[in-house]
Amino acid sequence: MIHLEGITRTFQVGDQPVHALVDVTETIAEGEHVAIMGPSGSGKSTLLNIVGCLDRPTSGSYRLNGRDVGVLEEAELTNVRRHEIGFVFQFFHLIPRLTAAENVELPMIFAGLPKAERRRRVTTSLDAVGLSARIGHHPDQLSGGERQRVALARATVMQPQILLADEPTGNLDSQSGRAVLDLLDEMNDAGLTLIVVTHDPKVAHRADRIVVLVDGRIERRVRGDQIGEILAMLAEEDEG
Amino acid sequence: MKASEIFKFAAKSLTGHSLRTALSLLGVTIGVAAVVILTALGEGARLYVVNQFASLGTNLLIVIPGYTETSGSFGYGGVPNDLTLDDAQAIARLVPAARRVAPISMANDEVAYHERRRQVAVLGTTPEYREARQLDIARGEFLPAEEVHRGSPVVILGDKTARELFGGVEPVGKIVRVAGWRMRVVGVLAKQGVKMGMDFDDIAIVPVATAMQLFNQNSLFRILVQAHAYSDLELAKDEVRQLLIDRHDEEDITVITQDAVLSTFNAVLGALTLAVGAIAAISLSVAGIGIMNVMLVSVSERTKEIGLLKALGVGRRQILAAFLTEAALISSAGGLVGLGLGWLAVRVLVRLYPALPASPPTWAVVAALVISVGVGVTFGLLPARRATRLDPIAALAGR
Ligand SMILES: Nc1ncnc2c1ncn2[C@@H]1O[C@H](COP(=O)(O)OP(=O)(O)OP(=O)(O)O)[C@@H](O)[C@H]1O
Ligand SMILES: [Mg+2]
Repeated sequence: MIHLEGITRTFQVGDQPVHALVDVTETIAEGEHVAIMGPSGSGKSTLLNIVGCLDRPTSGSYRLNGRDVGVLEEAELTNVRRHEIGFVFQFFHLIPRLTAAENVELPMIFAGLPKAERRRRVTTSLDAVGLSARIGHHPDQLSGGERQRVALARATVMQPQILLADEPTGNLDSQSGRAVLDLLDEMNDAGLTLIVVTHDPKVAHRADRIVVLVDGRIERRVRGDQIGEILAMLAEEDEG
Repeated sequence: MKASEIFKFAAKSLTGHSLRTALSLLGVTIGVAAVVILTALGEGARLYVVNQFASLGTNLLIVIPGYTETSGSFGYGGVPNDLTLDDAQAIARLVPAARRVAPISMANDEVAYHERRRQVAVLGTTPEYREARQLDIARGEFLPAEEVHRGSPVVILGDKTARELFGGVEPVGKIVRVAGWRMRVVGVLAKQGVKMGMDFDDIAIVPVATAMQLFNQNSLFRILVQAHAYSDLELAKDEVRQLLIDRHDEEDITVITQDAVLSTFNAVLGALTLAVGAIAAISLSVAGIGIMNVMLVSVSERTKEIGLLKALGVGRRQILAAFLTEAALISSAGGLVGLGLGWLAVRVLVRLYPALPASPPTWAVVAALVISVGVGVTFGLLPARRATRLDPIAALAGR
C-alpha cells in the first residue's frame, strides 16, 4: 500500500522556488490501477519519481507497505527500487549494446540472482510479453512496441509489487500502444499495482481511478469510466 | 552480485564501444611500452659500462709514480723516486692481501715483419698481467714465467697487429723486430677491443725487463695490484702505500682503485635508469589522463544508462565497481599489450646492437604493470564517482 501524506516537492531554480508538488495526500491500495493526468508541468512525473523512490519529497511523509520511506538510507532505497518497484519509461531506455534477453537479465545480474534462475526468468518474462522469438535481438532490430515490451519484461522480471509507467505509450502508434496497455492490464489483473502517468484519455480510461494534478495539487479524483468529466475539466483548464 | 558478473558487464560495455576502448588502450600501451624500452636502454647502458669495467679485471689497484692529493689530476710533487721492479717484487712478497702483482712499462714503437711495419703500443709486463686484465689468447701462449729481471726476447701481438703484419701467415714462432730488436712471436691475443683507453688489438706485449732495456727506462709506468677480494681492496691499498713509502722514504706514489671509478659510474648510470624510468612513468600518467578522458566521455555518453541502472535498483557501489572495473580492464589490457610491444622492441634493439645488453629491469616491468593498473583505476575513479552521483531522474532525462 502506498500512502502519501502532505507531500510537497519544491525545486530551487536560482533563487526562484518552483513548487512541483503542493500538499499531496493520496492512498493507493495494493492491486489498484491508477492513472495520473494533468497539464504539462503539473507535477505528474515528480509524483511518480517520489513514489518510485527516485526522488525524495521536500516535506510530507511517504509510507510504503507501512514503512516510512523518508527515513531510509540511500542503500535501502536502492533495495526498495530493486525489489518492490518496476519502472517503464516513455523512451524505453534499453541498453543498445545488449540483446533483448540481456536487457531483461540486467536487474537480476545486479541483484545477484544465480544464472540458472536468471535464464528461466528471462524466458518466462519475454514469453509473457510475446517476444520469445526476439530474445537475441538488439534494440535497434526491434520496433518501438517491441522495445517497450522488452522494457516491460525488464521492469517486472524482479517480480515487483508496483509498476510505475511514465507515458508508456507516448512514443508508440495506437496499435502497438494497445498491445502494451493490454499487457499492463493483464499484469494488473494478476495483482500488480499499476500507476500510469498519461495525457491520453484512452490510456487513463482503463484505470480504476484517475487522479488529476494541476499546478502540483490534486485537483480531482474520479473513476476511470468518468473520463469524460476529466476531459471537460482539462479543456476548461486550458482555456483558463 | 559476483565479481565475475561485474567483470562481464564491464567487458561488454568496453567491447560495445570498441573505438573508444581502442584509443584509451593505445594510450596505456604506449606508456607501458615506453617504460619497458626506456628502462631497458638505461639498464643496457649501465650493464655495458659495468661489463667493460669488469673485463678490465676486478679488485685492481693501480700504483702510479708521483704523489697527488686528489686522484683526479696527477701533478708531481717534487721529483719522485723510480718505481722499480724491486718495488713490484716487494709488494708481491710483503703485502698478503695482494694476489697478483704486474709491473708495467710502456712505450710506442715500431714492430716489423719483413717489409711490413707498424707503430704500436709496446707494453712490458709479467705473466700476472694476463689474469689481472683478463686477456684472452687466440693462439700460442702469453709471456713465459721467468725471473722478472731476465727479459727474454719474446713478444705477444694484438689481434690487429698480427693481421696487419702477417696477413694470412701464422705469426706464432716467427721472428719480428720490436724497436729494431729481434724477438720471437709466442702468442696472439684474441680480439679485445679498447679497454680503459688502451687498444689491446694493436699492441705488442713483451717481458717487462725486455721493455725497460729496449726503451732504456729506469722507472715503471705503473704497477697493477690485484687484491684477493673486494673486501681486501682498501687494506691492500693502505699496505701497498705504506710499503712504498717505507721503501722510498717519502710518499712519491699514488695508489688508486679502479673499483672506485666503477662504482661512481654504476651510481651515475643507475640514476640515469631511474630518471629514464621517471620519464616513462610520466608518459604513463599521461596515458592515465587519457583513460580519465575516455571514462568521462563514457560516463557522460552513458548518462541515461546510469540513470536506468539506478531506477532498476543498482546500488552506488555496484555502479562504481562497474566503471572502475572498466578502467582497470582497459589499463591492464593496455599494460600487457605494452609489455609485449616493449619486449619486442627491446629484442629488435638487441638484434641491431648486440653490444648493448638492453633488457628491462624486473622492477621496471613490475612497476609499469602496477602503475598502469593503478593509473587506470585512479584516473577512472573520478568519472566513476561522477557516475554514482548522477541524479537518476536528470540522468534518465539525459540532462
Ligand atoms: N529538477 C528540476 N529542477 C527544477 N524544476 C523542476 C525539476 N523537475 C521538475 N521541475 C519543475 O516541476 C514542475 C513539475 O514537473 P514534472 O516533470 O513533474 O511535470 P509533468 O507533469 O511530468 O509534465 P509533463 O507532462 O510535461 O511531463 C515543472 O514546472 C518543472 O519545470
Ligand atoms: Mg512528465
